[in-house]
Amino acid sequence: MNKRYLLSLIAVIVLFLISYLGVEAVPGSKWLFGIVIPYAALIVFVAGFIRRLLTWSRSAVPFAIPTTGGQQKTLSWIKPNAIDNPSSKGAVFVRMLLEIVTFRSLFRNSRMKLREGKISYQLEIFLWVGALAFHYAFFTVLFRHLRFFTDPIPLPVRLVEDLDSFFRMEILQDFIQIGVPGVYLSGLVLLAAVTYLFLRRIFIRNVNYISLASDYFPLFLIFGIAFTGIMMRYVLKIDVTAAKQLAMGLVTFRPNIPQNVSSIFFVHLFFVSILLAYFPFSKLMHLGGIFFSPTRNMRADTRAVRHVNPWNYPVKVHTYEEYEDDFRDKMIEAGLPVDKMPEPQEAAAEEEEEPAAPPQEPPADAADAAAEPEEKE
Amino acid sequence: MSDLPTAEEMLSGLKYRPPSTDWMDAPAEIRKGIACYAGNPKSLEVLGFPNPRTWSCFDDDWQLPENWQEIIHEGFKERLEKFRSFKVFMDICVRCGACADKCHYFIGTGDPKNMPVLRAELLRSVYRNDFTRVGKLLGKINGARPMNYEVLKEWWSYLFQCSECRRCSLYCPYGIDTAEITIMGRELLNLLGLNIDWIITPVANCYRTGNHLGIQPHAFKDMLDFFCDDIEEITGIRPDPQFNKKGADILFVTPSGDVFADPGTFTAMGYLMLFHFLQEKYGLDVTWSTYASEGGNFGLFTSHETMKRLNAKMYAEARRLGVKWILGGECGHMWRVIHQYMDTMNGPADFLQMPVNPITGTAFKNAASTKMVHITEFTADLIKHGKLDLDPSRNDHLKVTFHDSCNPARGMGLFDEPRYVIKQTCKHFYDMPANAIREQTFCCGSGSGLNAGEDMELRMAGGLPRANAVKHVHDKHGVNMLACVCAIDRAVLPDLMSYWVPDVDVTGVHELVGNALNLPGQSDRTMNLRSEELADLQGTAEDTEDETDEEK
Repeated sequence: MNKRYLLSLIAVIVLFLISYLGVEAVPGSKWLFGIVIPYAALIVFVAGFIRRLLTWSRSAVPFAIPTTGGQQKTLSWIKPNAIDNPSSKGAVFVRMLLEIVTFRSLFRNSRMKLREGKISYQLEIFLWVGALAFHYAFFTVLFRHLRFFTDPIPLPVRLVEDLDSFFRMEILQDFIQIGVPGVYLSGLVLLAAVTYLFLRRIFIRNVNYISLASDYFPLFLIFGIAFTGIMMRYVLKIDVTAAKQLAMGLVTFRPNIPQNVSSIFFVHLFFVSILLAYFPFSKLMHLGGIFFSPTRNMRADTRAVRHVNPWNYPVKVHTYEEYEDDFRDKMIEAGLPVDKMPEPQEAAAEEEEEPAAPPQEPPADAADAAAEPEEKE
Repeated sequence: MSDLPTAEEMLSGLKYRPPSTDWMDAPAEIRKGIACYAGNPKSLEVLGFPNPRTWSCFDDDWQLPENWQEIIHEGFKERLEKFRSFKVFMDICVRCGACADKCHYFIGTGDPKNMPVLRAELLRSVYRNDFTRVGKLLGKINGARPMNYEVLKEWWSYLFQCSECRRCSLYCPYGIDTAEITIMGRELLNLLGLNIDWIITPVANCYRTGNHLGIQPHAFKDMLDFFCDDIEEITGIRPDPQFNKKGADILFVTPSGDVFADPGTFTAMGYLMLFHFLQEKYGLDVTWSTYASEGGNFGLFTSHETMKRLNAKMYAEARRLGVKWILGGECGHMWRVIHQYMDTMNGPADFLQMPVNPITGTAFKNAASTKMVHITEFTADLIKHGKLDLDPSRNDHLKVTFHDSCNPARGMGLFDEPRYVIKQTCKHFYDMPANAIREQTFCCGSGSGLNAGEDMELRMAGGLPRANAVKHVHDKHGVNMLACVCAIDRAVLPDLMSYWVPDVDVTGVHELVGNALNLPGQSDRTMNLRSEELADLQGTAEDTEDETDEEK
């Protein structure tokens, strides 16, 4: 039905099969999935990310075009909106910080409804909540994973872990035991948020209409990452020590493949590698892009301080002299001051001898035709 | 305009269901009522623009240069390097859809390609194909497609269904501004000689005669003289405006629309009265210019270069006349250009002085570099210092609301100055609901040069959200006057009101000032600036007031 999301789903399933079957069936392929691909993906990520930032920074910023979302700073007795119409670097910093940390613009979101000829707008908070939940959960999960790359585990990481597993949940059955080890909220929130972001692309008609394969693919991939992670921790209960040994090997550049690393771990790692390598070439670069957005990161004091355009070039203008040449007689007749008062006879002579009119002067009928549409107004 | 659907028909026809076909498989339908007529080749010639010819958007063949795809590709590439906004906005959209129902054209037409995100995707799809490897590799499934005639027509159609109002950019979590994308897109179209007459002919006029309407110097003076006749008849006092005066204190520049058609003309009369008052009372020396006789800048709707070519007149004239600083009249997009572009393009204005109001001593530090002050900043300052002699009772029959124009709202932040002036000159003021004013304001539906006659259906559709909010305060408070600080608003809102909310009229803020302002030595003021008898108006106002009271 919807080719775009089916293809993305198939792509992620294929990636799963490649890694799972690869590790299971091809001897020696653990080196490929556990060491070669992660390193390669990381290199692509870092190089690609930096390259993209450089491309953006090489593009000029000719004009200061902040979107002003509040009262400008003018008269002393009018209270300016310092954050949404920032006139200092500090205020821009605050605006950007709130944008990045709280998704402030998205918080404005409303939903339009047309009922019985009346339009109303309601606060639409779900997208904001979903986006915030997704990003913070993802960040927390990422941060927690530092425990696999550090020895000893730094205090902040342990604190976050404690906080994350603050809410204890225990489901103890024969076939499934959740709660031992402690449940991390972030993983579940991440899974739920990804699911929400996916479902809104399916069920909100207009969002569905604009969604591309590249909108679904990262959602499926991240779902896959979170799902395999949760499976490993709570259901399959893989050998965590072995996993950490592999991770430590990678960060200390002494890569090795320990025994007892289960196949699902390689799938998890492969998904992460794909995400990393895909990142710089995709919309996920909004992570870096937001810092470069001229409607948000520029001061709005554009009349007080001059912004310089690096490629400002001279343009052809119609000078006052040319204008007066066009209309001098009419101006004089109307009593308007002129810069160049012609001698009466000279003026008459000039007028007759002027078949070589300046090229920018259109024939009289052009001016007439030009003036015509306005009269309709 | 007999083809224009009625308001009821338009409302009942509104569906927000996208079609089942993929948007890339649904070519744009260029139809009467929505599309604007093509540019007059003579106007293109005046400006030295490429490919002047007689053509129509309804034709199959648009008579493009043979290598038009190459021109677009190269132009695209050049702009990606010149404008970080363009490059970043091409790359980072996640298609979250937050912008979708923020666009007045989407709300009014239900056409999914009027969702800002999809409008931008029209360009992004070509960007992905031409400038990204992944995009080209995955092709259509990932939203990439090569440029072709159909795509070009789609661009033309939808880039002239965007009024560059920036409302979407307010809600976008990354600040993606469709106005930027439309500006770039229209620049690219202009490289092929694709433009609309309602924009390009005013641009050509402005270039040659100094203003969009092609008013020549003597006629400009005549028109203002005519207003002076009216003012004399109404107040007994005849202002004596100065033109092209060297050594004046202040150069005043305002959109030419206000010297041309009602109700803008009444705003122009308000300016004339204000300047006359200030001259008589405080000796303030203000001059008008016939050369810089246009505040608006349809160049903004054409290309950055054209905007600069037209705007150059303001500083050139200020320098020639030797004024201290420039005062700008009520206009929407004019103020985006002045606030965010002028100093950068045509500055530095080091030949002018820091704008100081000599009457109040207020230094407009916010305009320290550009040296141009908005008339409502100026008038608000005068009123605050008690320098004007106002009798607001002549506006007592009005119940006023205020339409924030898009550009002074989201490209400047001018909100409280006009409201202060209105409240000091009118007794009854009611703001529209918060989601339709200030930074969240809705476009009049006809901005960015779309205020032609042939696209009336689009204009009425695009103005629906604005009209809907006016109707709300009209029903609730009996609002009968829609004030604005924009000449295009004054030209188009009367049509919009008569279509959606017939009992509401339109005024500029300085018409309200003119009506309230007492001129020294004036006769008994029995008429307003529209030459309507105040006694009659008060009567009707009281009637409606009674009615609303009874309803309660």
